[in-house]
Amino acid sequence: MAENPEGWKPKILGLVCNWCSYAGADLAGGARMQYPPDIRIVRVMCTGRLDPLFIMKAFTDGADAVLVSGCHFGDCHYLEGNYKAAKRMFLVKSLLKNIGLDDRRLRMTFVSASEGAKWAKVVEDVVNVTHELGPSPFNRKYGELKELV
Amino acid sequence: MAEAVSPTTSKKPETPRIGVFICHCGTNIAGSIDIDAVKEYAKTLPNVAYVDDYKYQCSMPGQVNIREQIDANKLTGVVVAACTPRLHEPTFRAASKDGGLNPFRFEMANIREQNSWVHMHDREGATEKAKDAVRIAVAKAALLEDLYPKSVPVERAAMVVGAGVAGMQAALDLANAGIKTYLIEKEPSIGGRMSQLDKTFPTLDCSQCILTPKMVDVGRAENIVLMVNSEVEDVEGYIGNFDVTIRRKATGVLSPEEAEAKGIVGGGCTGCGDCGPVCPVTKPNEFEMNMAPRKAIYIYHPQVVPLLYTIDWDSCVKCGLCVEACGEKKAIDLEMQDELVQVKVGTVILATGYEVFPIENKEEWGYKRYDNVITSLEFERLICASGPTGGHLVRPSDGETPMRIGFVLCAGSRDNTGIGKPYCSRFCCMYSLKHAHQIIEKIPGAVPYIFYMDIRSFGKMYEEFYYRIQDEGAKFIRGRVSNIQEDPVTKNVTVYVEDTLLGRPMEIELDMVVLAAAVQPTELTNKTRKLFGVSCSQDGWLLEAHPKLNPCGTTTAGVFLAGACQGPKDIPDSVAQAEGAASAASIPIHKGEVELEPYYAMCIEEKCAGCGMCVNLCPYQALSLVEKDGRTVMQVTEAKCKGCGTCGGFCPGGAIWMNHFATPQIVAQIDAFLLGGEQ
Ligand SMILES: Cc1cc2nc3c(=O)[nH]c(=O)nc-3n(C[C@H](O)[C@H](O)[C@H](O)COP(=O)(O)OP(=O)(O)OC[C@H]3O[C@@H](n4cnc5c(N)ncnc54)[C@H](O)[C@@H]3O)c2cc1C
Ligand code: FES
Repeated sequence: MAENPEGWKPKILGLVCNWCSYAGADLAGGARMQYPPDIRIVRVMCTGRLDPLFIMKAFTDGADAVLVSGCHFGDCHYLEGNYKAAKRMFLVKSLLKNIGLDDRRLRMTFVSASEGAKWAKVVEDVVNVTHELGPSPFNRKYGELKELV
Repeated sequence: MAEAVSPTTSKKPETPRIGVFICHCGTNIAGSIDIDAVKEYAKTLPNVAYVDDYKYQCSMPGQVNIREQIDANKLTGVVVAACTPRLHEPTFRAASKDGGLNPFRFEMANIREQNSWVHMHDREGATEKAKDAVRIAVAKAALLEDLYPKSVPVERAAMVVGAGVAGMQAALDLANAGIKTYLIEKEPSIGGRMSQLDKTFPTLDCSQCILTPKMVDVGRAENIVLMVNSEVEDVEGYIGNFDVTIRRKATGVLSPEEAEAKGIVGGGCTGCGDCGPVCPVTKPNEFEMNMAPRKAIYIYHPQVVPLLYTIDWDSCVKCGLCVEACGEKKAIDLEMQDELVQVKVGTVILATGYEVFPIENKEEWGYKRYDNVITSLEFERLICASGPTGGHLVRPSDGETPMRIGFVLCAGSRDNTGIGKPYCSRFCCMYSLKHAHQIIEKIPGAVPYIFYMDIRSFGKMYEEFYYRIQDEGAKFIRGRVSNIQEDPVTKNVTVYVEDTLLGRPMEIELDMVVLAAAVQPTELTNKTRKLFGVSCSQDGWLLEAHPKLNPCGTTTAGVFLAGACQGPKDIPDSVAQAEGAASAASIPIHKGEVELEPYYAMCIEEKCAGCGMCVNLCPYQALSLVEKDGRTVMQVTEAKCKGCGTCGGFCPGGAIWMNHFATPQIVAQIDAFLLGGEQ
């Protein structure tokens, strides 16, 4: 693994649904479970709301990683939004590969409202993987291709 | 990607003026985040017109300040950086409204649950994250629009699923409040687990004496529509207007009313019992924990409500002898089919209870291998005067009266081996003390041995009950039973345990052992909860909306919880929660209307190509294609739309505007995070 540039801290966008993962993240807070602070959360009602373009936008804006997190299959508050989202994530992952981005920079997980510990673990995992991958090539300050964007 | 304003907004976008209010939450936030730094930073953000901080933003002075600053600074939007919106979004929306702003102009930055509490030892990281959270929230607030919740009428009827003591109490309360209540029970009789109990701790009331009058009340309450042998098949709609399909399983027996509807005058089942004796099929009676027989046409016990026989189709051979015995009443129909019934209700209470964990999975205790190892529920039936032995406790192996009886507490509860359950089943300590008392009382000279980890006697008069049983001579051994062995000749059972108070291993030979088995949610509860969109916690119990502030509610508006389905609960707690749930469920009905969150989808018609992809994606059939000005465009039925946004996430033309979660708003948040701050 190459040395990561000095001063770089991962910029990770979390797109999470209101009913399960956002609530799970709140639960982790209530239980004071500590995890790294490198993620910023944008809340939507359901992962079904997530247009693949949102994720592509985040990457072109220079995000180092994107975490999409919703309810477990069968538990979506709107029945099947998470199935639709999961399908779209496969599409986005293949798009990422096509443009030369490591598709591990996008991760979809399922964290329920009662899985505070899982949420903390997921964030830690994503942060670790992002450290392994280093800054995204499109990162505005540290990326190799920053001039391109 | 799309216009910055919704298709129905006629106004030109104004220049936003956002007020930012940062909460210290005592030291909950201020302890890990540099509030001053966040405050100074917020002042530099575009569109921010006012910034303030306060020790407790949700308190009266905090809310009053928001109200006053909206007016003083002509704010067009408000951001509060504090706890989670799942806690205080309603509070601050109300404060914004008091200040003359549309409440949907409010946005919250979560800097407590998802920041100060989870980065307690990284002040710098937490402060940076809080700045970003405020920036993201301001970006959204600048694009928020006025929204107006729609009021919809509430159907003046309620439904309770599960008729144990909790469901019965909830249904009686609703009925007494003048609300028509459908009570749905999967079994042939109401009463639930409590009807199987002999006495109840700590008062030692006879369970039947306090339960059966309630069962009779339920059976005759005018406002209660009782449906036994029934399950929820399908649910559509939302608070105020749930359309529920109930499957009424064919029982093969007509009630007097059903008979009359079929033109059989004076007919129908009266519970006379003429059919049972002629039935040639004998099966174990589940109500008696399979320790007594029943026929293929049966009632569980004489006090059932409603008093109607039921045919067990799996064992019925359709010989027709019962039809003959029933004679003129013509109550039996061997060709009866399941029936689907549609009802409309405004609110729903789930009260589906629990089941006993299959304790044979803990193989070391030998349940199902050793005759004289039984469960507590079997003990209840054996000690009950109306049970299979007329209340004489006997050893299953030889029918002798046991004199040395062991009680294994936490059997499968508080068990982190992966086989049992990690949680405490809450009522086992108390009912085992009750069982100890019962044998001391009934069998002179009998000695109960209680193997416990610690006795949890937390309720009112429970600790006193514990002392009483100690005084009565029960033996308490603190230790977890590691193994039970049966003597193949005498069928006595030897318990191996370490007495952790004496610090030495013990072997005790007993006549019989009773396992206080853990309880767990039922498989059917899991199916039912999904139909209503209710979540469950990690261990499968139904999840309340908030553990402290909303213990009866769920995340589905209009659906409430009562009794042990939410977590192990004894009778007093189950009844108390049932009364709470009934009161909560009656509020929207008495109000007569509810406001729905205005998060529905809208079609941006100029962009819509009429492809219809969204129509198929919608799980609620809320979208359709219509002809408008010679073009095919999508149309939303607002009342059906629940606001998930699955259509908006897919529309290839960007033609769907999701209120409050519109594409420009979400993109602004993403951009604010990644482009807005320091790179
Ligand atoms: C051995 C033993 C002894 C006990 N002794 C005591 C005691 O002395 N004192 C005390 O306070 N507590 C005691 N308890 C606890 C007591 O049983 C519970 O507190 C009580 O039964 C909880 O009532 P409930 O209505 O929530 O659930 P339940 O009694 O389980 O009732 C649930 C009902 O819902 C029905 N149902 C379930 N799922 C569905 C579905 N999907 N659709 C339709 N219907 C459904 C079930 O058939 C059942 O009738 C004891 C428990 C055990 C195991
Ligand atoms: S609501 Fe959580 S994924 Fe749909």
